[in-house]
Amino acid sequence: MNRIIRGDAVVADDWRTLADDAQPAAGAKVIVPLQRWREQRATLLAAAAAVGVRIPNTEDVDTLWPEIAGRPLLALEWPKYGDGRAHSQAQILRRRFGFKGELRAVGEIGRDLVFHLRRCGFDVIVPRAGENLAGCLQALQDFSTAYQPAADGIAAVFARRRRAV
Amino acid sequence: MYRYDEIDQALVNQRVAQFRDQTRRYLAGQLSDEDFRGLRLRNGLYIQRFAPMLRISIPYGLLASRQLRMLAHVARTYDKGYGHFSTRQNIQFNWPKLEQVPDILAELATVQMHSIQTSGNCIRNITTDHLAGVARDELIDPRPYCELTRQWATFHPEFNWLPRKFKFAFSSSTSDRAATRVHDIGVHIVRNAAGELGYTFYVGGGLGRMPMIGHQINAFVPESELLNYSEAILRVYNRLGRRDNIHRARIKVLVKETGVDAFRELVETEYARLDKAPLRLLPEDLERMRAHFVPPPYDAAAAGDGSLAKMTAADPRFASWARRNLHPHRVPGYHAVFVSLKANGMAPGDVTAEQMDALADLADRYSFGEARSTHDQNLVLADVAERDVYALWQELSALDLATPNIGLITDMICCPGLDFCSLANAGSIGVAQDIFDLFEDLDYQHDVGPIKIKMSGCMNGCGHHSVGHIGILGVDKHGQEWYQVTLGGSAENDAALGDRSGRALARDEIAGAVQRIVETYLEQRLSEDENFLQCYRRVGMAPFKERIYAKGDAAAEAA
Repeated sequence: MNRIIRGDAVVADDWRTLADDAQPAAGAKVIVPLQRWREQRATLLAAAAAVGVRIPNTEDVDTLWPEIAGRPLLALEWPKYGDGRAHSQAQILRRRFGFKGELRAVGEIGRDLVFHLRRCGFDVIVPRAGENLAGCLQALQDFSTAYQPAADGIAAVFARRRRAV
Repeated sequence: MYRYDEIDQALVNQRVAQFRDQTRRYLAGQLSDEDFRGLRLRNGLYIQRFAPMLRISIPYGLLASRQLRMLAHVARTYDKGYGHFSTRQNIQFNWPKLEQVPDILAELATVQMHSIQTSGNCIRNITTDHLAGVARDELIDPRPYCELTRQWATFHPEFNWLPRKFKFAFSSSTSDRAATRVHDIGVHIVRNAAGELGYTFYVGGGLGRMPMIGHQINAFVPESELLNYSEAILRVYNRLGRRDNIHRARIKVLVKETGVDAFRELVETEYARLDKAPLRLLPEDLERMRAHFVPPPYDAAAAGDGSLAKMTAADPRFASWARRNLHPHRVPGYHAVFVSLKANGMAPGDVTAEQMDALADLADRYSFGEARSTHDQNLVLADVAERDVYALWQELSALDLATPNIGLITDMICCPGLDFCSLANAGSIGVAQDIFDLFEDLDYQHDVGPIKIKMSGCMNGCGHHSVGHIGILGVDKHGQEWYQVTLGGSAENDAALGDRSGRALARDEIAGAVQRIVETYLEQRLSEDENFLQCYRRVGMAPFKERIYAKGDAAAEAA
């Protein structure tokens, strides 16, 4: 099994990303691409213990939400290291729609991205192959505070300063 | 000025530690060139032609004397004894060693400075009017709004990997001195008919290879919603800005390709959906921030001093300087003093460690311990009492910082060009020197009057050539340095892009062409009161073009 970052720990991944035509094993928790979810929703729900959906970073999650609400897991993509579109998708899912399931970041993700990913609401991070996972855990502690409100519940710095006086 | 609390200091200190570790991993071979590139740029570190270049942030151009002394120390200790002020009010060092950059940043952190987000595809330094707080035509001091925006933008987790760089500028005065219409977002602080404060938002301006003037997308956003409205714009841009082509990735291209009205609709829709409470500024938040920018303890007895008139009459050299390098102040008896970084023989915007140390002392003695950098690469001591102006001028003269040319033809904006920059196609500092030599006669400069030459060594446009009254753009033709001239640009209230004069000019033609442009203006102008830009807009390109490319000009015929 793949090793992933969940919370503040490196753990074995209990979800399987299904190849395009593969069928889910009985009782498995599987992640399928958005297109397959649209086409085979009922079949997948009947076969698998749980179905998560992987969403391209070009999707408008505001309009997509009715199709994915209630999923136990959503995976958002980093096709390239510096392509930050999914940061916005994550913030919208967490803060606007109150998505409570697992939000995972997958793709070309390196250690130096993880701090901001966590702030945007990703509880699970799946770094690219070969990335040092212990280093990623360390990087989650790079900063002890932040200026902006985000999906992690930190209040805006100016609001915290109100209480400070 | 703004003083860090423990939150600000913790973030800057932790950034130094983070970058120290990133540099260590890079030097140990654990971080690829490509990955390190994105990280070092977010700390202002470029790999240049000869050495790294480190760009240090000066938020909205405001510097305390102890910060100036630190910059002098950095120049002396880690560089070759000088620095270069940029058109984003920042300072750049051209000769630091990569492995020493974490140490430089640690030293800067001790005086509440950093290089965070001075490059990279993220929100860059927030700029504003260099006369903020002292200008007579100002509605309200823009700096508290700049600082609130700076904090919101710093390490914003959603907007740290944008399609391309993103620049904000603020203005709250009748005259736009911050070039707001050529920024990704230009914010004008305004009052509506009901007397309430708020913002007019301009989006999609920018220079570089597709220069554009920003479009107004909202005439009045309420004062409390500055950050919410900014968040809505940035979210639309982060989601929809192009990432397939670096030259089409700025927000100006998104606005253009989407259409201004459709873009406005996207922003308004996102803004309507935002949960606004977390980023809404309460009156007390604004008050707390304004308290960082209270006016210094001006001396009421400074008014009616009369020494300026007396010394102007007595000393013509002082009079010539005072005419160009003093700016009226909102408080009677005070003046804003421009420190020219455009002395003959110095690259525009360059300043030595000794000059910075001396300026820090002058700021302490004469201007409440503060200085400002301007987007046209000069410095300002903004709060000088009239009785001190003459003494200050004498001291500035001794430092070669009193060239009386502010706003005149030798007060050029100029990027580092091919001498330093790995992007440049052509040199710019040498051309600036040629122009300086041609126009050194001050009486002649004064006769020519206000004229802005802006020069970039490549089409990325760091020298703002597109909005120069005379713009000069360095281009590469078959491995040689050539120069494209534009006329009639402006970055002020009458913002406009310059018109191309015609074919590019060779290196040995360009200074002469500038001279002929100026001669044409002197012949064409209706009177001394019609400045270059007004004259150009009245008579158009034709007479200028005729002179620039006049027959009998051997070089032109040969080309």
